[in-house]
Amino acid sequence: MIERIIIAGSGGQGVMLLGKVLAQTAMLEGKQVTWFPAYGPEVRGGTSHCMVIISDQEIGSPYISQADTLIILNRPSLERFKGKLKKNGILILNSSLAAIDKYAKMQVLSFPFTDIAIKIGNIKVANMAALGCFAAAKKIIKVKNILKVFKSIAPAGNLEILKINQQALEEGQKLNHG
Amino acid sequence: MAKTKVLLSGNEAIAQGAIQAGCTFYAGYPITPQNELIAYMAKYLPASGAVKGQAARVFIQAESELAAINMVYGASAAGARAMTSSSSPGISLKQEGISYLAGSQLPAVIVNIMRGGPGLGNIAPAQSDYFQATRGGGHGDYHVIVLAPASAQEAYDLTQSGFDLADKYRTPVMILGDGVLGQMMEPVKLSSRKIKTPPVKSWALCGCAGRKPNIAKSFFLREGALEEFNLKLQKNYQIIQQKEQRFEGLFLSDAKVILVAYGTMARIAKSAISQLRNAGKQVGLIRPISLWPFPERAFQIKNNRVKYLVLELSYGQMLQDVRLAVNGRQQVEFLGRSGGGILSQEQIIDKVKKIL
Repeated sequence: MIERIIIAGSGGQGVMLLGKVLAQTAMLEGKQVTWFPAYGPEVRGGTSHCMVIISDQEIGSPYISQADTLIILNRPSLERFKGKLKKNGILILNSSLAAIDKYAKMQVLSFPFTDIAIKIGNIKVANMAALGCFAAAKKIIKVKNILKVFKSIAPAGNLEILKINQQALEEGQKLNHG
Repeated sequence: MAKTKVLLSGNEAIAQGAIQAGCTFYAGYPITPQNELIAYMAKYLPASGAVKGQAARVFIQAESELAAINMVYGASAAGARAMTSSSSPGISLKQEGISYLAGSQLPAVIVNIMRGGPGLGNIAPAQSDYFQATRGGGHGDYHVIVLAPASAQEAYDLTQSGFDLADKYRTPVMILGDGVLGQMMEPVKLSSRKIKTPPVKSWALCGCAGRKPNIAKSFFLREGALEEFNLKLQKNYQIIQQKEQRFEGLFLSDAKVILVAYGTMARIAKSAISQLRNAGKQVGLIRPISLWPFPERAFQIKNNRVKYLVLELSYGQMLQDVRLAVNGRQQVEFLGRSGGGILSQEQIIDKVKKIL
């Protein structure tokens, strides 16, 4: 098993955190994993991305030229990375901020993650709704382990943050994944 | 499961390795792509467990790279396990200090997380400081031991070895990584051993009540004194070359083409090899772990029809060492990219198919 995921969005949407939670969960499950970020000026806006590879064998290059899955949170990222999806790969798309008209040879899971996050009460958790969607669609990592990772990295004493991230994750998981 | 593993970037793994090795002094100045290293040291070094025989663990953000390396000189002379880190342009600035460390036989660990050059270059991963690292870097007849990790785990482990080697041979040791290694996060199994007590340094300048003063200097004006000292250094380098060559070999018994790559480039080479092996191609790997001393021993392969393919994120630097090690016995080919371009698995496979 090897799963190559590119996660992209605008600086501030939490794409790095999404990738780190994914990587930590895979590590918790005893899998091999690499997390590789774009480390330029993206933190101040613009398109930001990270690459996560999960495998049960030693991982070579952490750089992904052909992704099995794209998680895309805004339109500029879609333009930049859609060519990197392999044939019949899965595109998880934030339809609140991006749309794809015509497509072939890919499976598109398009949901309004940003709107879902706003509805829950914090726009920042759109990333975790997308992660929930990924977990349900791909079944590579277990949601209960994602929750364990949340607990290990959330700032101590702030239960609200933990709760709202969990809620976003579950909303994402509940979406219709075809 | 896997409770002892933590997800660390290569930069953080090096920093944690240094803490585990009993590093008591770090000075650095920020530069991408090694900033996580200095940030980790700032956060964790002063508060980490005490090292036996040392008063404190000190972190300093210096005012410049020059200041940092010279603080390391002072700390090392005083007996600390001292470290600095930077990336290519910053390492160029430190070269005077590294030469002085070598000339004063002072141990230190210097980390270079390479980025594109020459000049200010860019922040993309590169391996183009190979010559600078393996040929000494500054002025004078000297070498530093150069270790090149290829994973976060190895970065953690080799940094610890680096401190031991530095003290054992009284020489600066360089940990040479690239932007990918520095930035990439991977699971790292942390040591559960207690932080070890650094060796007693009888040569250190730490108060001379009741004994003859020690001197740390790299200045030898008396006629014949510098030559005498240089011969002593050379003898030390010969021992290091005999004893400290390190490499990883893969499929060397049946390989018709042997890829030679270090650091991140070696990981990409491994991906290419697994794909080529699946297609029945007899391809192997030599991954130098010590770049100086260069692992010449790995190239003592008798079959003169074997071909080597050297892969670098630079334009033919390690290639020269491979040619010296092979010494004309076999064919040596080269493929490299630099300045931000990362050689892909597919490019390697295409080249191998042409050579096979």
